[in-house]
Amino acid sequence: MIGGLFIYNHKGEVLISRVYRDDIGRNAVDAFRVNVIHARQQVRSPVTNIARTSFFHVKRSNIWLAAVTKQNVNAAMVFEFLYKMCDVMTAYFGKISEENIKNNFVLIYELLDEILDFGYPQNSETGALKTFITQTGIKSQSKEEQSQITSQVTGQIGWRREGIKYRRNELFLDVLESVNLLMSPQGQVLSAHVSGRVVMKSYLSGMPECKFGMNDKIVIDKQGKGGEGATGQSIAIDDCTFHQCVRLSKFDAERSISFIPPDGECELMRYRTTKDIILPFRVIPLVREVGRTKLEVKVVIKSNFKPSLLAQKIEVRIPTPLNTSGVQVICMKGKAKYKASENAIVWKIKRMAGMKESQISAEIELLPTNDKKKWARPPISMNFEVPFAPSGLKVRYLKVFEPKLNYSDHDVIKWVRYIGRSGIYETRC
Amino acid sequence: MRSVMFRFHVCAGEIFELKAELNSDKKEKKKEAVKKVIASMTVGKDVSALFPDVVNCMQTDNLELKKLVYLYLMNYAKSQPDMAIMAVNTFVKDCEDPNPLIRALAVRTMGCIRVDKITEYLCEPLRKCLKDEDPYVRKTAAVCVAKLHDINAQLVEDQGFLDTLKDLISDSNPMVVANAVAALSEIAESHPNSNLLDLNPQSINKLLTALNECTEWGQIFILDCLANYTPRDDRESQSICERVTPRLSHANSAVVLSAVKVLMKFMEMLPKDLDYYGTLLKKLAPPLVTLLSAEPELQYVALRNINLIVQKRPEILKHEMKVFFVKYNDPIYVKLEKLDIMIRLASQANIAQVLAELKEYATEVDVDFVRKAVRAIGRCAIKVEQSAERCVSTLLDLIQTKVNYVVQEAIVVIKDIFRKYPNKYESVIATLCENLDSLDEPEARAAMIWIVGEYAERIDNADELLESFLEGFHDESTQVQLQLLTAIVKLFLKKPTETQELVQQVLSLATQDSDNPDLRDRGYIYWRLLSTDPVAAKEVVLAEKPLISEETDLIEPTLLEELICHIGTLASVYHKPPSAFVEGSRGVMHKRLPAQGTECPDVGNAAGGSAPEAAPSIIPSQGDLLGDLLNLDLPAVLLPLFNTNCSSYGILYPQVWLPAMKAKGLEISGTFARRAGVIQMELVLTNKAMSVMTDFAIQFNRNSFGLAPAGPLQVLTPLGPNQTIEVSLPLSTVGPVMKMDPLNNLQVAVKNNIDVFYFSCQYPISMLFVEDGKMERQVFLATWKDIPNDNESQFQIQDCHLNSASNKLQGSNIFTIAKRTVEGQDMLYMSIKLSNGIWVLAELKVQAGNPNYTISLKCRAPEVSQCVFQCYEAVLKN
Repeated sequence: MIGGLFIYNHKGEVLISRVYRDDIGRNAVDAFRVNVIHARQQVRSPVTNIARTSFFHVKRSNIWLAAVTKQNVNAAMVFEFLYKMCDVMTAYFGKISEENIKNNFVLIYELLDEILDFGYPQNSETGALKTFITQTGIKSQSKEEQSQITSQVTGQIGWRREGIKYRRNELFLDVLESVNLLMSPQGQVLSAHVSGRVVMKSYLSGMPECKFGMNDKIVIDKQGKGGEGATGQSIAIDDCTFHQCVRLSKFDAERSISFIPPDGECELMRYRTTKDIILPFRVIPLVREVGRTKLEVKVVIKSNFKPSLLAQKIEVRIPTPLNTSGVQVICMKGKAKYKASENAIVWKIKRMAGMKESQISAEIELLPTNDKKKWARPPISMNFEVPFAPSGLKVRYLKVFEPKLNYSDHDVIKWVRYIGRSGIYETRC
Repeated sequence: MRSVMFRFHVCAGEIFELKAELNSDKKEKKKEAVKKVIASMTVGKDVSALFPDVVNCMQTDNLELKKLVYLYLMNYAKSQPDMAIMAVNTFVKDCEDPNPLIRALAVRTMGCIRVDKITEYLCEPLRKCLKDEDPYVRKTAAVCVAKLHDINAQLVEDQGFLDTLKDLISDSNPMVVANAVAALSEIAESHPNSNLLDLNPQSINKLLTALNECTEWGQIFILDCLANYTPRDDRESQSICERVTPRLSHANSAVVLSAVKVLMKFMEMLPKDLDYYGTLLKKLAPPLVTLLSAEPELQYVALRNINLIVQKRPEILKHEMKVFFVKYNDPIYVKLEKLDIMIRLASQANIAQVLAELKEYATEVDVDFVRKAVRAIGRCAIKVEQSAERCVSTLLDLIQTKVNYVVQEAIVVIKDIFRKYPNKYESVIATLCENLDSLDEPEARAAMIWIVGEYAERIDNADELLESFLEGFHDESTQVQLQLLTAIVKLFLKKPTETQELVQQVLSLATQDSDNPDLRDRGYIYWRLLSTDPVAAKEVVLAEKPLISEETDLIEPTLLEELICHIGTLASVYHKPPSAFVEGSRGVMHKRLPAQGTECPDVGNAAGGSAPEAAPSIIPSQGDLLGDLLNLDLPAVLLPLFNTNCSSYGILYPQVWLPAMKAKGLEISGTFARRAGVIQMELVLTNKAMSVMTDFAIQFNRNSFGLAPAGPLQVLTPLGPNQTIEVSLPLSTVGPVMKMDPLNNLQVAVKNNIDVFYFSCQYPISMLFVEDGKMERQVFLATWKDIPNDNESQFQIQDCHLNSASNKLQGSNIFTIAKRTVEGQDMLYMSIKLSNGIWVLAELKVQAGNPNYTISLKCRAPEVSQCVFQCYEAVLKN
């Protein structure tokens, strides 16, 4: 299990050091600094073995978090734990920065004592932790309160406490998708997938039993057999994972998604699709080398969705060679600029409706070089945001039952929003 | 108050100041002082001098202050054991506190203080806490047992805590169950043979129930524990799999990977024709792909594991090639791993796409990545024959870029392509030769030299090219020197007239001026070969080379099986067994996949779907010089050496029949004996490889006397690394017969879980002499006359000093029938019967005072005479 946990600043000074196991000595702190943080070469692996001691590290801005062990631990678990640790810290004091860590080190030690015991991760749901690890000091609790805390921390529903009350029962569903594409210069899709998340923000009283439904092909087809014909609007989900509140065995057996949600925000589900993806934009590049000192680039983008919808925050990034001396750009729409420090032409368009087309052309002057190495021609990348789900996912229902309290499914105010964003959306040129 | 920024230095004056503050009456001031102490402690300053003052703050109602003092105690108690005792009372009191959070805190902290006296006081509170009414206290106490075990294992056993811990597996609270499982698993690891966890269908059922209810971390503990269980039959295995599969949809990647581990392991037991088996295979792919959208560090862990899974069960991900395509922004460690998996998944169906990608990668910036991409193109050529031509032309394009490391890498892989497809792509040699000067890495130079030597007859200036390398012979690495030596000898054999001087030069450089024994030995071998028998030399040096296999860098099957049992853990990230990086006894136990119960006990068969015979052999890496010497260039040189050794030095000492480097680490030596009428083959098997060998079996080729194993090879326990085992294999003489040359030659195949290996050895024919070989005098006389004189052969045995030859010979079932003395000469008449019924008659002449004996042998099958004579010689001289 995890033998110790260290947090360093970018210089390698240790900000937090908590040792859980006797086999981890103080020298481990220095070993990581010398061999990883101060290493001459770029880090080649997130797992480093130094003198039979293994170090797992993740970096958040310029802060290093390192877990140390001498045993054959579950590596995936250690990384998941480090991420979780970051989430917990962010939930408590915001951004993970040197200053925040120094200012909250007592709190961090307290958290580390609670969520890792002898190197075994314990309940690390912030909702539960915040009931008894607070920044204001523990109030004297009544016996009932104490046992409620302990039963929540150890209980089956560790993510929600009892007795929550709202005057207005409300819930918000965000379907957030990132669409990823790798396209060849000829316009052939090399790989495309959507990774999506369903984020739920709920303000519901009591212990509400929820059921979530979407246009999952498997479910629709099953129902189609029973009664009316399938609508054809269903999507094939390659794989999905759920927040720990979702009853996985029920999903496995009936493919129904039922759960008691944590209060406030949670990521209910993540999913991935690869079939019938709506690619919101197509990029058509044309690069021509004119002699040794000039490049001509023409890029056309086409929007491919309903004309009534508007895409926003569109940004096309066209890489330029390292020996670029000057660039002239003409674009039909938006603004384009050559950014020498980033070696790219950045073309920004605020809004663009569906089924439209726009074009940019640029002339790139090059300095003659003797460099034998060819320019690697990085792909043209794109960023955007569209108000629909490129996977085609639709929320069909979210039913709420709370048998003990007197509100029904109809009394809950529900909101659904779809946002599609670009993930890694690249076209080779 | 938290916003106070601490300076991270403590000097003597400050210690004094802190001391005063710690002893202050004001609570807030006290608390701030303790915080400062902890801050100093964090950065490694020694604040142990404040021990008594800090411990004095322990008696407080303020939970936050208490936690800080505890933190300090955990750090310094060990260095101040006597003073730590001061804290015991407070701990014991806190364990009785009405607030469960404080009870748990006390028992948790006490377990972290490694001071004997404190440990003694821990036992009673711990016992109470293990049975506490509050689950939070129980789950903390469960972990505390593991802590105590780490400090004093005997104490834990004596106090009966292990039994209490076992009881907690049936606790009503899932988190208590999970922590108890985690603690027990860890304790069990240090007692490999104890039955601590006592996994049985009932306890497994409890675990599976808790699995649905506990936290993500608890699920990991339980799944990792389940993976150690071996189900009794395929039905149980299937029902566990069914209950574990829902975990594949968990958001936590570690839960997913641990579930994959359980499924991969238990799948071994399922019959392949079962519908469920197919369903399960299909269910595994999507979650594995989903892992690739996790954070990069987790992707790395996932990819290292997928690499194992793809080797074990390629069918799972064979259609998912695209998800392993490298993204421009992937961290380098993710890129390299993806590339590895791409090569493994490359097949005829997807090769076009893969090649297009690889070509793209070869123009990237990261040197390691580009090299690997170039190498991958070569591997594709070797793996998918249809693509070879395109791969070669892609490689040529890359060579034209003149980027130094790309060229070198390309040349190394082209050498392998030549090995795989001889006489097909030699037209590219000219292009390669152009780049000779830019090669500065040993591997590339060695590859180029190999190419020049191999195709010397087609390269007009081959001698000049090789000569140019010869100038700096002593500065080259061994790899290049060896290759250069072989290449020049090849050149000489192909163009003897022009290159005599060159070959002389290289031989003298290798044998006289070099300190490297490998190089010297190879030089001498060539020299002697060339000087004694150039024709033989040609046959040896220019012998046809065995084809190289398609797959490389495969993990040894036994290691792979072990690693599959460690999916998700560090072992699977390092691709090493835990014993390679874990100190002490922990986790050193080798794990194995279960065998499929009924049909096929052979794990290799059940697992890979292909018989071990078909298992691809692994190309020895270039660095393995000895392997290179034996396998690549001189397959024929050493074999005869071993064989002649056998026959001329007698057979009583075990001979090395199969050297370890020819058999992936298995060394076999042995001898033959005849005991109580039974022929025994005495084998000594030594495992010189890194991993465990199992599933040994032996078979003989047809041979002159129909020797065949009378039973299976009795190697019942797996053979660990560096272990040696001696086995006796009884032989029968009723097997199929085929005349061998020499007559007593025996070709043997030995199989283990890794591969099948072949060797040949010679047995002394005296083994075949049967006990009832004493002929009647009359019959002897008649037979002697009856056998034509043409069948008689005469031999001399020199330097023999024996008093009673006949007694000695009788021990080997050579029976003396008559003896007469003629003119001071002893004439001994003897008979021998071979196991196949052939009679051999002998006449031994011994002259007093003359150590040279003369022997005449008469037999209807005169071929055996030579062998029989050798036996005489061996027996009489021993």
